[in-house]
Amino acid sequence: MPLRPIRTLALFLTAGLSVAAQAADLTVSAAASLTNAFKDIAPLFEAAHPGTKVQLNFAASGVLLQQIAKGAPADVFASADQDTMDQAQAQNLVKPAQRRDFVSNSLVVIVPGASTKVPAAVADLTQPAYGRIAIGLPASVPVGRYTKSVLEGAKLWGAIEPKMVGATNVRQALDYVQRAEVDAGFVYSTDAALMADKVKVALTVPTPKPILYPVAPLPAGPNAAMGEKFVEFLFTPPAQAVLSKYGFGKP
Amino acid sequence: MADAWIPLVLTLKVAGWATALNLLLGTAVGYALARGRFPGRDVLDAALTLPLVMPPTVLGYYLLVVIGSQGVLGAWLLQHFGIRLIFTVEAAIIAATIVAFPLVFKAARAAFETVDPQFEDAARTLGIGEWAIFFRVTLPLAWRGILAGLLLAFARALGEFGATLMVAGSIVGKTQTLSIAVYEAVQAGQDGTANFLVVVTSVVCLAVLLGAGRLVPGRVAAR
Repeated sequence: MPLRPIRTLALFLTAGLSVAAQAADLTVSAAASLTNAFKDIAPLFEAAHPGTKVQLNFAASGVLLQQIAKGAPADVFASADQDTMDQAQAQNLVKPAQRRDFVSNSLVVIVPGASTKVPAAVADLTQPAYGRIAIGLPASVPVGRYTKSVLEGAKLWGAIEPKMVGATNVRQALDYVQRAEVDAGFVYSTDAALMADKVKVALTVPTPKPILYPVAPLPAGPNAAMGEKFVEFLFTPPAQAVLSKYGFGKP
Repeated sequence: MADAWIPLVLTLKVAGWATALNLLLGTAVGYALARGRFPGRDVLDAALTLPLVMPPTVLGYYLLVVIGSQGVLGAWLLQHFGIRLIFTVEAAIIAATIVAFPLVFKAARAAFETVDPQFEDAARTLGIGEWAIFFRVTLPLAWRGILAGLLLAFARALGEFGATLMVAGSIVGKTQTLSIAVYEAVQAGQDGTANFLVVVTSVVCLAVLLGAGRLVPGRVAAR
C-alpha cells in the first residue's frame, strides 16, 4: 500500500516543521560588511540570553530593506548607511527614537594582491590601465553610493562609470578583486582587512558624509522585545570589542 | 523604461549566439551518440547532460575556476592572447551555451534515432557520399525534433541567471541580461521596471514554447 509510507513521511515533516518554529528565534538582518563581526557577536548574545537562537541574514542594506518592506519577519535591521535607514523610517518600519549609530567605517580602494598597477590617487583610476573597477550597485548597495558620491564630487563619475562592474554587495566586490577579475575595487577597510593576503589597499578615500552604521529594532518583527535587547547588546563592551577587532570605528 | 530595452536586446543576442553554437555542437554530438556504438557511450551521454541538472551556481563556479584569470584555461588565454573572458559578453554566451547544450543534443539524438537506417542504406546503394546522405536524407527527416530542442534551448539561454551572474557579472549594455536586470530592479525597489522586464520575458518565453510545441515529431499538418 503506497499510501502508508506517504502518511508517515507527512507526519514526520509536519512534526519537524513545528519544532523548528517553536524555538525563541531572533532574526537579525545586517549589512554584508557586518558578516564576520555579527557571526562572532551572535554566540555571545545567545550565551547572555539562554533559550534564544539568533538567525543572521546578510545582504546589501538595500536588499534587506526590500525584504523588510515586503514583510520579511526580521527583528533587527543594521544598515551600512543612513540613507537606507532613512528610507526604513519613511516607511514606518523603524521608530526614530530607537535608531542609533553603533559603528563607523572607511572607504578604501583595493587592487588584487599580485597586481603591479596601484593607483596613487582616485583620479588614476580613469587611466586605461584600469579597465574594470568593482563598485557596488548604487541603487541598493551603500558602499556603491558612498563611492558614487565621492566620484561625482571629484567629477570622475562620468569617466569611471563605463568601467564599472556592478556588485550586488560589498563582499562580491571584494571577491572580484581577490580573484583578479577586476583591476580595482571600492570596499570598506574592514572588508579589505579580511583578505589582507589577497588584496592590497591602495588608498583610503575620504567620503563627503562620514560612514556611520545605524541599527534599529523592528517593532513589527515576531520577536521585537528580544530585538531591542540585541540592539542594546551591541553597545556593551563584549560586542564593541568584537567590532573593534574587525576594524570598525566608534560612531 | 527605455533603459529596459537594453537588457532585452542583449539577452536576445546572447541567447541567439548560444543557440547557434548549440545547433552545431548539439547536432554533431547528438548524431555521434545516436549512430556511434562505442563503450562508455551512455556514460558520455550522462556526463554531457550534467549541465541540465546541476545547479547553475555550481556550473558558474566551475566555469569561473576554468576560464577565470587564475583558472586553467583563463590564465593561458590571458598570457598568450591577452584575453580576459570574465565580465564579457562572450562569457555570458559561453555560460548560456553550456546550460542549454543538453537540451539540443538530447533532442537531436532522439530525432536521429527515429530516422530509419533503411533510408540511409537505400541512399548508399544509390551511390551518394556520407555527407550528402546526412544533409539530404538524415537531416530532413530529423530536423523537426532538432528544432524543438533548439527552441527549448533558446528559452533556457534566455533565462540563464546563476552561471551568467558568476562569470559575466552585471555590466549594463554588455552583460546585464534580462534575468539579472530583474534581480537588480527588485533589489533596488524599482518594481515598475521589474514588472515591465518580467512581462517582456514571459511573453518571449511563451512564444518560444508555443513554437516548440508545434514542431514535436509526429504532429503532421492536416492533409
